[in-house]
Amino acid sequence: MTMETTSQTSGPSRPATSTPFSVGALFRRPETGAFMGMVLVFAFFAYFGFDRNFLSPYGTSSWVNMASTVGIIAIPIGFLMIAGELDISIGAMVPAAKMSMAIAVGYYGLPVGIGLLITFGLAAFVGWVNGMLVTRTNVPSLIVTLATLFAVSGLTLFLSLWLTDTTSQALTSPAWAKAMFGDYHAWGFQSSVFWWLGMAAVLYYVLHLSPWGNWIFALGGDKESARNAGIPIDKLKIALFMLAAMAAALSGTCEAILSNSATTTTNFALIFNCIIAVVVGGVLLTGGFGTVAGVFFGTATLAIVQQGIGYTPFDRNLSSLIIGVMLLIAVLMNDTFRNMATSMSASKKGK
Amino acid sequence: MTDTTAPVLEMKAVDKSFGPIDVLHEITLKVRAGEVLCLLGDNGAGKSTLIKTLSGVHKPTRGEMLMDGKPVTFSGPKEAQAAGIATVHQFGGTYPLMSVGRNFFIGQEPTKGWGPFKVFDRHKANAIAVEAVQNFGITRITDGDRLCGGLSGGERQSLAIARAVHFGARVLILDEPTAALGVKQAAHVLRIVGEARRRGLAVIFITHQVMHAMAVGDHFAVLIRGAIAADFRRDEKSREEIADLMAGGESMADLEASIDGYMDTHDGHAPPPTA
Repeated sequence: MTMETTSQTSGPSRPATSTPFSVGALFRRPETGAFMGMVLVFAFFAYFGFDRNFLSPYGTSSWVNMASTVGIIAIPIGFLMIAGELDISIGAMVPAAKMSMAIAVGYYGLPVGIGLLITFGLAAFVGWVNGMLVTRTNVPSLIVTLATLFAVSGLTLFLSLWLTDTTSQALTSPAWAKAMFGDYHAWGFQSSVFWWLGMAAVLYYVLHLSPWGNWIFALGGDKESARNAGIPIDKLKIALFMLAAMAAALSGTCEAILSNSATTTTNFALIFNCIIAVVVGGVLLTGGFGTVAGVFFGTATLAIVQQGIGYTPFDRNLSSLIIGVMLLIAVLMNDTFRNMATSMSASKKGK
Repeated sequence: MTDTTAPVLEMKAVDKSFGPIDVLHEITLKVRAGEVLCLLGDNGAGKSTLIKTLSGVHKPTRGEMLMDGKPVTFSGPKEAQAAGIATVHQFGGTYPLMSVGRNFFIGQEPTKGWGPFKVFDRHKANAIAVEAVQNFGITRITDGDRLCGGLSGGERQSLAIARAVHFGARVLILDEPTAALGVKQAAHVLRIVGEARRRGLAVIFITHQVMHAMAVGDHFAVLIRGAIAADFRRDEKSREEIADLMAGGESMADLEASIDGYMDTHDGHAPPPTA
């Protein structure tokens, strides 16, 4: 505390209604690091993948599609991380949602609307259980959701075998459902891309423009003070866990309808991909800081590396190396950006 | 002094027990508008429980609380806040990674727009926050977008106090506001406490630093093992007497005497620390 204060007796302060735009201020925004990282990675793959059509519409849609399936979940996970929590049960929620759609619609022949209702109802319930367990027991959410990750994945497998005798189920859906959740549109963009963009816009509003965003930051910044300020912190946490589980269900639904099938396999890679996207996107692991735009760029960066490597002459396995190094750089940069943001005076910072 | 007006907040013979453990016994205290009541007590004297009872977190087991002479019960901190009791905790309830404007309005955000599309009004929040803080004499804060983490500890405390006053607090409970601060910053906070009193707030100032209490207090109460051990007005007791009281009797003076005696016989060196 005292160290920070000694360094900032300097500098003429600008009034609150200062110029709305300046390059220096832009550089101190928390998502700037994520954006620069994305541009850098994109430039790298654009250069090395140019000959193999990385920049073509289909090259672009290949990474954007991958980004969308992760991104739909990554933003709510980012919210949870800003609020000081984590949810890894999404790795089981995605296959659970896929199987629930496939069993309801494909096996029992129920209308898609009913299937969606069941799937999202289940997801809301899983999220609610996560939230209740975390708020009532004070067990760290990593452990709680690790438990529900295995519980949900076990239950999915058991119920699938019990109800349908298989661990994979075909699913045919009507044209409107295909178009809405799982079809290839112009230039090979999947329906989930539009869901991703839509969710990013809505959740940007929630986090940065609405009063609730303030509550989420406060919850992650200092739980006790947030409670004292009259913020319903338990309800807010439960809502965030429900949002994450339902986002996982949306991503799963899109995948199942797109591929016309579902399997019970738990998606462990997705858990890591989401966390990487969020951290590369500049969200602080300890909570209280982060932006939707940052997570958006972080997700795009991850997808560019994972999909873009196939368009370059490099070995595919190197993508994991690149992601590992990137993650490390991102965490170090996050610390630097945070220190800059708190110690520099008289300028616009991230909201 | 102003003993004819009803106290803003009063506790009458309040007991608080958690199961079989009695934490507060027969606490009786009152605080008037424009008066600073200093609650002194060593660690574990029951200060936190008393604050929590005052601010509506705990309900008294026995006894009653009165506001403006009328009995009140609070179901939670929010209700106490609505009645005008604001509590500023040790670390001020400020969030280092949020802007000054957002910090100021946490939980009571100003919005513009309509229906479900209400938007946090950043410009209004920043303008009000900066003005409120500057009125309390913190002129260094001029930009509401600045992150709170860039402020000094004293400034953050002052922000929290200015916020409480802005939202209509009549009783200000300050929980060890100067404990973690350096001398200069503590002086800063004490000035803010004086300003709050000047504006007619009833201030309950909890501390274990006698110097800080003496600087701003009008009325003092010493808490020992959950009971009020002494209750006196300004200038009725010296600093040493208060420190002795807080430590639970004459032990402080004894300790000082023994150290003095030791130093006399050892050429001014303090006794070595005993393992």
